[in-house]
Amino acid sequence: MDLAAIFQAAFALVVGLDPAFLAIVSLSLQVTLTAVLIAGLVGLPLGAALALARFRGRSVVIVVLNALMGLPPVVAGLMVFLALSRSGPLGSLGLLFSPSAMIVAQVILVLPIVIALTRQTVEDLWIEYRDHLRSVGLDGARAIPTLLFDGRFALATALLAGFGRASAEVGAVLIVGGNIAGYTRTMTTTITLETSKGDLPLALGLGLVLIALTLAINAVAFGASRIGARYAG
Amino acid sequence: MRDVTSILPLHVDGVCFAAAGRNLVDAASFSVPPGGLTVLLGPNGAGKSLMLRLCHGLLRPSAGAVRWASGAGGRAKRHAMVFQKPIMLRRSVEANIAHALAAAGHSGPERRSRGREALARFGLSDRATQAARLLSGGEQQRLAIARAWALRPELLFLDEPTSQLDPAATRQIEELLAGLVAEGITVMMSTHDLGQARRLADRVLFLHRGRLIEDAPAESFFAGPRAAEARAFLAGELIW
Ligand SMILES: Nc1ncnc2c1ncn2[C@@H]1O[C@H](COP(=O)(O)OP(=O)(O)O)[C@@H](O)[C@H]1O
Ligand SMILES: [Mg+2]
Repeated sequence: MDLAAIFQAAFALVVGLDPAFLAIVSLSLQVTLTAVLIAGLVGLPLGAALALARFRGRSVVIVVLNALMGLPPVVAGLMVFLALSRSGPLGSLGLLFSPSAMIVAQVILVLPIVIALTRQTVEDLWIEYRDHLRSVGLDGARAIPTLLFDGRFALATALLAGFGRASAEVGAVLIVGGNIAGYTRTMTTTITLETSKGDLPLALGLGLVLIALTLAINAVAFGASRIGARYAG
Repeated sequence: MRDVTSILPLHVDGVCFAAAGRNLVDAASFSVPPGGLTVLLGPNGAGKSLMLRLCHGLLRPSAGAVRWASGAGGRAKRHAMVFQKPIMLRRSVEANIAHALAAAGHSGPERRSRGREALARFGLSDRATQAARLLSGGEQQRLAIARAWALRPELLFLDEPTSQLDPAATRQIEELLAGLVAEGITVMMSTHDLGQARRLADRVLFLHRGRLIEDAPAESFFAGPRAAEARAFLAGELIW
């Protein structure tokens, strides 16, 4: 197959809405969106609490979180694999090689990003707002909704960064998902494995979707920061 | 709508505030009865901001007590504070006011009607939907006052409300403060600006290096203060 033919076949997959192709794209999006949603629900309040709380070892927690933002996906995958494998502590759940396992792995990758960026955003806002919020009776946990809302544009960018990291990674989902056709096959695992097997049109078609996705994420992030600047003054 | 029992007078009894082993506010005692505008006067670093924060409850005295005639606790504490640098939430002008009202426990309809009232009262109606942080400095301070006013405080604290403003905006805020006093709101504000104190004060509390040195009606204070430091300050010789 020459290069032009590969491109042609890849385009045909993308625009032809090939069901197997769509299934892979849709599973990828489902896994990653679910992971980002969970990481957001857990990470936004946790990050805000960490911004306001003062306790011994707080700086250690912050440094560890910042370090975890750079955790190699394969290591996250390995940890989840060990936890979910039959002899692991959560082995009885039987989740290994399922979409749920992939979601767990991606939550581990996204959560530190969400917590760390939320902590930074909320802490900066708290320093600026502290006097006024305390004056109107919003102290401690009662200040969190205000701070999260006023940090909404920066926080949206944090969630998008998490989405970007999760949708681009391959190591973790490959280890815990196993790239089972029709069940745990995502865009990135398919590209990784089909390229060496020679199904280049499929790999390239998925690559094109990933590029489009990355562009879309960045466009939305750019828009969010532009709208945010309008309110931030 | 106001409760029958007033939170005033405010009694400040031997209040100290210590940091780093030093009394930054040193055994201050005074009361604030209802009505009028009290100016907390003193050079930079005298402890004016600390004193206002202690009174408003943002700081806890290390000794002594701040007492209100009737409970000023609870969600709607009936005294409010405007800060030196206006603190504007990243929301619209009207949402800034609504937020403070929500924090005080007011319902949605109440927030809207009070918000509209405050915007009209302070000439901000046509700015209602604009982002608060894009207002000019003078408008931001006006919004900060409107936001505090919407809470219907009996006593309003202001910390050097015009120190960041140009003369025109300063004049506007001063007129507005006089209007609040005429409306029956008790005002306590700090300033290091003698001219402003002369224009606005009914009463002067002169603070120097954390100590309350003189507490006098404005007329007699400006006619001839008893304390040597206050005389030096009036003569422009006391810089800090
Ligand atoms: N939290 C604090 N810790 C230590 N020193 C403080 C603190 N807050 C204020 N000070 C000091 O207390 C003094 C009075 O401050 P302040 O009340 O801000 O003065 P001003 O009269 O100018 O408003 C200043 O010397 C200031 O540096
Ligand atoms: Mg000050």
